[in-house]
Amino acid sequence: MSNSRHVFLAAVVALSLGIAACGGSNLAATGSAKGAIKIWYSNNAEEVKWGDAVVAAWNQSHASEQVTAEQIPAGKSSEEVIGAAITAGTTPCLIFNTAPAAVSQFQKQGGLVNLSSFPDGSSFIEGRTGDRAAQYKSPNGSYYQMPWKGNPVMIFYNKDIFTKAGLDPANPALKTYDDFLSTAQTLVTKGGVKAAIWPAPSSEFYQPWFDFYPLFIAQSKGKQLVEKGVPQFNNADGLAVANFWKQLYAKNLAPKEAGQGDPFATGQSAMAIVGPWAIAVYGGKVKWGVAPVPTKDGMDASAIHTFSDEKSIGMYSSCKNQGTAWDFLKFATSKDSDGKLLDLTGQMPMRTDLSSTYSSYFSAHPEYKLFADQAARSVEVPNVPNSVEMWQDFRSAYSKSVIFGSQSIDEAFKGAADQIKTLVKS
Amino acid sequence: MLGDQPIGYLFAAPFVLFLVGIYGYPFFYAIYMSFFDYFFSAPGAEVVRPFVGLGNYARVLQDPLFHLAIRNVVIFLVINVPLTVAISMVLATALNAAIPLRAFFRAAYYIPYITASVAAVGIWLWLFSGFGLVDKILGPLAPNPSFLINGLWAMPIIALYVTWKGLGFYVLLYLAALQTIPKELYEASRVDGASPVASFFAVTVPGLRPATLLVVITAVITGANFFTEPYLLTGGGGPDNQSVSPVFLIYRFGIEQNHPGYAAAIGLLLAIGVLIISGINRFVLERD
Repeated sequence: MSNSRHVFLAAVVALSLGIAACGGSNLAATGSAKGAIKIWYSNNAEEVKWGDAVVAAWNQSHASEQVTAEQIPAGKSSEEVIGAAITAGTTPCLIFNTAPAAVSQFQKQGGLVNLSSFPDGSSFIEGRTGDRAAQYKSPNGSYYQMPWKGNPVMIFYNKDIFTKAGLDPANPALKTYDDFLSTAQTLVTKGGVKAAIWPAPSSEFYQPWFDFYPLFIAQSKGKQLVEKGVPQFNNADGLAVANFWKQLYAKNLAPKEAGQGDPFATGQSAMAIVGPWAIAVYGGKVKWGVAPVPTKDGMDASAIHTFSDEKSIGMYSSCKNQGTAWDFLKFATSKDSDGKLLDLTGQMPMRTDLSSTYSSYFSAHPEYKLFADQAARSVEVPNVPNSVEMWQDFRSAYSKSVIFGSQSIDEAFKGAADQIKTLVKS
Repeated sequence: MLGDQPIGYLFAAPFVLFLVGIYGYPFFYAIYMSFFDYFFSAPGAEVVRPFVGLGNYARVLQDPLFHLAIRNVVIFLVINVPLTVAISMVLATALNAAIPLRAFFRAAYYIPYITASVAAVGIWLWLFSGFGLVDKILGPLAPNPSFLINGLWAMPIIALYVTWKGLGFYVLLYLAALQTIPKELYEASRVDGASPVASFFAVTVPGLRPATLLVVITAVITGANFFTEPYLLTGGGGPDNQSVSPVFLIYRFGIEQNHPGYAAAIGLLLAIGVLIISGINRFVLERD
């Protein structure tokens, strides 16, 4: 702690204002202007490689509309960095790492360009993403984000630990909640691990996306947390999922405190809830297998929905050459660019025709096929006002009732549902 | 009108400008924001930020999370401030005496203060987590749930951590203050037959009163603004918000949720509270 911490807020404001004074205005921006643009992309090595390749390909044939690419500046989260840049007027034209949960906030800030305002805006997005595109529409019916790539989450497991525990590593019993709990108990008792599964139990608003939400989506056959302004989790499906997790915590099969480092990579935990990005990350370190998330009574894998963990592309209102930005956005989400993305990162482009378009890739990389099948049944966070606040309220209720058990789940979920109903309407 | 040395204003000007620009302007802007349903927006964006008067303050004062945060500050200060004063005063006195390895110990106590919080927190996590060393040593005597996810223990552990981390700085303050106590006073107390403990209470403690005032006020200000510890050590104010602090809430509401008007109201209420406590401390400790 520092002596100046007592003016923390003031410093934050000062920083924002100071940067704002240097920023430009978006008033001059037009939807058809062409010229040089700047983009930000994610800073993981695979996406950097993809970004550099796509930008180089574009720049080769667009001498007067050069694209400069930079990694998104470091910060606690991309959302905070982007939020600050919007305030300062320093956002680039496109950011290839816009979280759908933050879109309503960025839109309220006046930071995003309405992509539906381009003549082929909505048709391009819907043509590429199909029915799933509807989840990315803002409440006013327009697209302020282009759904780009998903990481449909599934259960990743360590085959060696399953073998050590005497479980079948090729076909583990993880389908129903009872199966999963029994497998988890065996793993901890005989597998020599601290945890069967170790999702972060901390209070951040986005943590439900990697514990409650994927299982809720599966159990409810594809429902979002909130639909048409009505919370969907305070019912039998939501309570079943919450009670399942509560048992894992109560039986110490999932720890109530955060692990140090990556518990799955370090062999402290036998399972993790992750997307296909994990293949590149864990591939060389862990002998892994993958299974769909469990449901209460078990479901056929082909019917299971899950959380998309999708990242979108946002066009930001500080962009002056929006015509070029739109053209580049289409170029970067073309069949070729998406193929390159799949090839370099293993992440799933948000296309309707994923498996058939890139059939040769999936033949050569069968380990990604399950994720590709799952991608077609992925569900997004709801695009509602006060989205971050909504998730924070949900997380607080979940922590209180499920992780720490200091309130009944029924009571906590009812309270959260009442709060959220008001929040998403304002 | 400008006095005998007008050039003094010139020398003071950079700091005055710094103070006005970095502290003054944002402070008054924060007051302004606290009266609005304010949010940060893009330059040139047409947005509506309604005037809410004292609405943010009323909501903050009714917010159970804010009550919890204030309770946590009180717990923190009750543990941290007396411990900081007592331990750093005793350590400074010991390090002021002619003991073996004095320079080593002086450096050793200072190291945590200059160590990055993330690294220091990592060590405490290793010590106090459920799978940590302290739990292992305590065995069946360890609390259940373990320290950092135990509503009763989370705040005391945070207070102990901050005490440990800041000790080096306060020892240094006391060491400097000890040099100002005349040696004759110790000689006189020895002649009067006082034991070392008696002369500590009769000479050292009163002699360090001005330094103690500084230590108490500094510890209260920094302590009331704790943020890193609930953020890193207890997984975001856990368990179940039992270690949230006002500054943590400012971060959550102001930065994460883009409600800086509400966050500014929390900040200003906190600043008023700290001013009042510091005023009381000064009144009590400066009395003759």
